[in-house]
Amino acid sequence: MALRNCRNVKVLDITPVGQSPRPDEFFELRLERPDWDDWKPGQFVMIRPVDWPMDLLWGRPFSICSGDAESVTLFVQKIGRGTARLSELKKGDTVAMWGPLGNSFAVDATRPTLMLAGGIGIAPFRGYVEQHPLPENLKLFFAHRMAIGCYPYQRLSGAVDAECMMEARREDLAAIIERMGELVDQYRDGLILCCGPTPFMKTAQKFALEAGAELYVSLENRMACGVGACLGCVCKDGKGHHTQVCTKGPIFRADNVEL
Amino acid sequence: MEAKDLQVSFAGLSMSNPVMTASGTFGFGLEFAPYGDLSKLGGIVAKGLSLKPREGNPMPRIAETPCGMLNAIGIQNPGVEAFVKQALPALKRQDTAVVANLYACDPEEFGELGGILAAEEGVHALEVNVSCPNVKEGGAAFGQDPIQIARVTESVKKRSGDTPVIVKLSPNVSDIATCARAAVDGGADALSLINTLIGMSVDVRNRKPRLANVVGGLSGPAIKPVALRCVHQVCRAVGVPVIGIGGIASAEDALEFIMVGAHAVQVGTANFLRPDFAFDLPEQMVALLTELGVERLEDFRGSLEIPL
Repeated sequence: MALRNCRNVKVLDITPVGQSPRPDEFFELRLERPDWDDWKPGQFVMIRPVDWPMDLLWGRPFSICSGDAESVTLFVQKIGRGTARLSELKKGDTVAMWGPLGNSFAVDATRPTLMLAGGIGIAPFRGYVEQHPLPENLKLFFAHRMAIGCYPYQRLSGAVDAECMMEARREDLAAIIERMGELVDQYRDGLILCCGPTPFMKTAQKFALEAGAELYVSLENRMACGVGACLGCVCKDGKGHHTQVCTKGPIFRADNVEL
Repeated sequence: MEAKDLQVSFAGLSMSNPVMTASGTFGFGLEFAPYGDLSKLGGIVAKGLSLKPREGNPMPRIAETPCGMLNAIGIQNPGVEAFVKQALPALKRQDTAVVANLYACDPEEFGELGGILAAEEGVHALEVNVSCPNVKEGGAAFGQDPIQIARVTESVKKRSGDTPVIVKLSPNVSDIATCARAAVDGGADALSLINTLIGMSVDVRNRKPRLANVVGGLSGPAIKPVALRCVHQVCRAVGVPVIGIGGIASAEDALEFIMVGAHAVQVGTANFLRPDFAFDLPEQMVALLTELGVERLEDFRGSLEIPL
């Protein structure tokens, strides 16, 4: 068993999720679990199918959505050429996977905890809810653009107090931001975790700094290596120093990161 | 053929095999320890070091391109002192050659940095990076000026004692053989080439460059033919050993560089294909050499046959 490693693993299942205007835009990729000791919610893996041609050079980072003794599940939205190619994977295909990488979300079982998820940023919260010792202390706020069925929201809303708001039109945004502000204020003495598009996290950061709340944000900068070597994924920490998102993050305290 | 037959010795550097990892793609080596046995590598060229810490360039710094990538990291590093105190003690316990890569703004500073690193017991060689974009004397022209290359090399050699000095050359020149000769005139014990090719990538949708620095260094399989041509030319022009770098992503790629005359190779961007990539390469080279009926690597080196 190992803390982390790189292994060739098989695709166990690839399952389309929901209906969006683009075919197979969202899918769950279930992979064999390598010989890891453990993984924690908020951590991620890098994957690169072994038969990818050189025109797709880098592995691609994905937060671990869920997992059990046999498998690791990733939740993927087809956005660029890498995720488009990943959507073509078939059961039985071989993928190089290295991980689990990075730090993880803070867990404080007895403290009221607010999860702010934007779009595909909901992925790591499934694992967070599944591993949390007292899910009754968890609250999920989910903002999304595609139909709710495209995301693993229903799995979470059955387990924790959850609410969602859809940004179907630009005008919907103001209400979402207002609700986010109210919730951050309500959880100013609790723990707040956020994963989503950068503007979404910036909004959460602004509210949390104003309220003096303890907020953690999960970044997803472009990465080449995932192991702290290439320095391609850096962000600026609270002192303005470049720091690796892959090894010092991906989760940062909102008062110690420039978004 | 057996793994022991991959042993190479040149320029005062003795390695179990010719596979090294290229500067900037392998951190200080220890980052890759979870993924393989570092002693399987002939050598590790550490991330470029400067006298003082450097923050590097703004983001975004990397872009994937067809069969390659662009980077404009800007030599972000914690400075030589932090390397010596924090990384070197663990790194020198690994059974592999440790090469420090040097970056500075002028020949004097290169010499000072070389002196500090050469004095460290665990540093087996110095690699002088004269192929950097951010230097005060003439910017990118620095590594393109044979006079400057010679001055930098001399300055490092003066302070480096018995530690071998490798000079890393830029391909962004009109005649790389002239640059190679200048480094040799300056006292270089070996040469490594190539550094990245200057390139650019833009996005028609937002009309912006993909790198904040606008231009960056192209690496990966896309540059291998250029690298091979450069190594071929330099091996014919100078007598010192050459380390081939540029797009190596298989045992066959590595042997191509050896065949045109390189003593060793460095794996760079392929470390991003998967973090255990370089560890398996020596064994794969043994398998391919065996298939080719070659008994010793040395017999294969420089064996390119050019029909008359």
